[in-house]
Amino acid sequence: MARITLDGVGHAYGTARGGAPSYALKPMHHVWEQGRAYALLGPSGCGKTTLLNIISGLVIPSEGRLLFDDRDVTRLPTEQRNIAQVFQFPVIYDTMTVAQNLAFPLRNRKLDPGAIRQRVAEVADMLNLTADLPRRARGLTADAKQKISLGRGLVRSDVAAVLFDEPLTVIDPSLKWELRSKLKAVHRALDLLMIYVTHDQVEALTFADEVVVMKDGAVLQIASPAALFERPEHTFVGYFIGSPGMNLVPAEISGSLAHVAGQTIQLAARFGALQGSTVLGFRPDYTQLARGGGLSVQIRRIEDLGRRRLARVSVGPHEIFATVPEGLSFEDDRAGLLIDPAHLFVYADDRIVDGRQERDVAV
Amino acid sequence: MNDKPYNNRAWFLVLPVLGFVLFSALLPMMTVVNYSLQDTMGNNHFFWNGDGWFRDLLNPSTEMGARFAGALVRNLAFSFAALAIELPLGIALAMCLPRQGFAVGLSLVVIALPMLIPWNVVGTMWQIFSRQDIGLFGAALTGIGLHYNVTQDPVSAWSTILVIDVWHWTPLVVLLSYAGLRAIPDAYYQAARIDGASRWAIVRNIELPKLQKVLVIAVLLRFMQTFMIYTEPFVVTGGGPGNSTTFLSIDLVKIALGQVDLGNAAAISLVYNLITIVICWVFYTIMTQLERRGQETVVVA
Repeated sequence: MARITLDGVGHAYGTARGGAPSYALKPMHHVWEQGRAYALLGPSGCGKTTLLNIISGLVIPSEGRLLFDDRDVTRLPTEQRNIAQVFQFPVIYDTMTVAQNLAFPLRNRKLDPGAIRQRVAEVADMLNLTADLPRRARGLTADAKQKISLGRGLVRSDVAAVLFDEPLTVIDPSLKWELRSKLKAVHRALDLLMIYVTHDQVEALTFADEVVVMKDGAVLQIASPAALFERPEHTFVGYFIGSPGMNLVPAEISGSLAHVAGQTIQLAARFGALQGSTVLGFRPDYTQLARGGGLSVQIRRIEDLGRRRLARVSVGPHEIFATVPEGLSFEDDRAGLLIDPAHLFVYADDRIVDGRQERDVAV
Repeated sequence: MNDKPYNNRAWFLVLPVLGFVLFSALLPMMTVVNYSLQDTMGNNHFFWNGDGWFRDLLNPSTEMGARFAGALVRNLAFSFAALAIELPLGIALAMCLPRQGFAVGLSLVVIALPMLIPWNVVGTMWQIFSRQDIGLFGAALTGIGLHYNVTQDPVSAWSTILVIDVWHWTPLVVLLSYAGLRAIPDAYYQAARIDGASRWAIVRNIELPKLQKVLVIAVLLRFMQTFMIYTEPFVVTGGGPGNSTTFLSIDLVKIALGQVDLGNAAAISLVYNLITIVICWVFYTIMTQLERRGQETVVVA
């Protein structure tokens, strides 16, 4: 049980031509607290597995320091770090029974046999493996094997952290929900720091207290699932979280006005001169289609998703998703777009920019 | 569903192969069977002997039976000794080989080198190598005061043949084991490190179980080759001193070509062949059983 501190940790596999290191993981500073569940979320190749392997010690970072509480473990080998990790594909010891598999990490650490038996029974009970305990591990299904891998990750109660590297990839979809809620329950019961790598946002959002969104070797935002949805700090977070993702429309910002394809939108705040390309971001969930008023748009298509209706509309060359209020219908393809100003954000070079509140300026 | 033309004339396409097998295997084999059932006093004059040769052969109290049993026991002992050395040595070497970089290619080539040398060349090399007067190996052993003489001392002769076989064919076990080891996904090693497994625990619980299939193949190949060993003892010891290195094939050639005792030689050939086939069949059964048990896990994995 520990707090993990990433102090400038970064990793480059060799250096690019010209001397600048080519980072798989850009140097970062973060503190991850004991007892919380973190999900590393991002597309393939974003560096999330590299970060996980740095924490577990399978990769030694090319720069920075890694601390467990106040202990520097940057160069410590895996076996001395007191960490548990579950891999994408089930890793089981073929020749052993399920019980022996679960006991293996404890036996290697020379625990008392009575304590091992008790702990194995607890973990097996947690994962519904009790009936399989005396069976040979090699004959089981992939689901059961991955449950054994999970069990080996959870069997040590004294670990600094439990790491999961996309552990539910091979699991049958109907079992995924069950296992995910199991993991959540285990997390609550054991009070462990858990780090969970995934590229599935549903998995990340349901499992984690805090989601670490990564792209191109950099952390874009660390926040609760709600905060990621309500206030994405990076356009990629807005786009990646939510289905469909955030609308991102290039706009020119001057003062408290935004100009989009010849039309003007009133912003809730005033902005100074902004560097780089500026983009307006607003979620379809906070954007409503109306008969008139607001931004005048052309309807491309309205999709009935059952629970709600979603419209694809266009403003000049830009495409936007918006919610269609219940009962509303349109005679032609002209409509108005109403954006909730509290959920309308301005991004400059993909990073969120905070304006000054209009009333502050007025005073 | 099955609208493919049905035409039995396609069987004629098998005829060339049948003809080939007839001349390459069946006819020579039947000649041997023919010899094994008859006796001759020369002049191409044969008479029926029934199962006489076989009864002699399989009864150790007869002269031929004792001779055959001796050679068979020596041969089995040699095969087991060679396997007992080559398998652990080959696996251990494979585990020590580098996993990446240019050193992989280099060490594989160096290790595989002995396998590329023809048997009789190996035999000749070692015959000179083991000579007490001019051979480096023999002279060195004699120099440090060991009693080493391939032509007079059975222990020297035996151990020399064994060393030759180990030197010549351990590389095969190394290559097979190395391929098997490389097929183990990295996650297994990573998981073992995280589980705090010792090196020996990794060998016992991950590497050896995963090597099981290639090891069965290695055992089969090495057993067959050592069971049929001929050239090395023929060139280096000539089966001696006495008959201490007279293995089955050496004895067979002595009887067939040295003594021109066609009946006995034919009977020995057939029994020898039968033993080989039975052992092959046993190994094949074990292998397919392993395969089947392995497949259950492959299908769901």
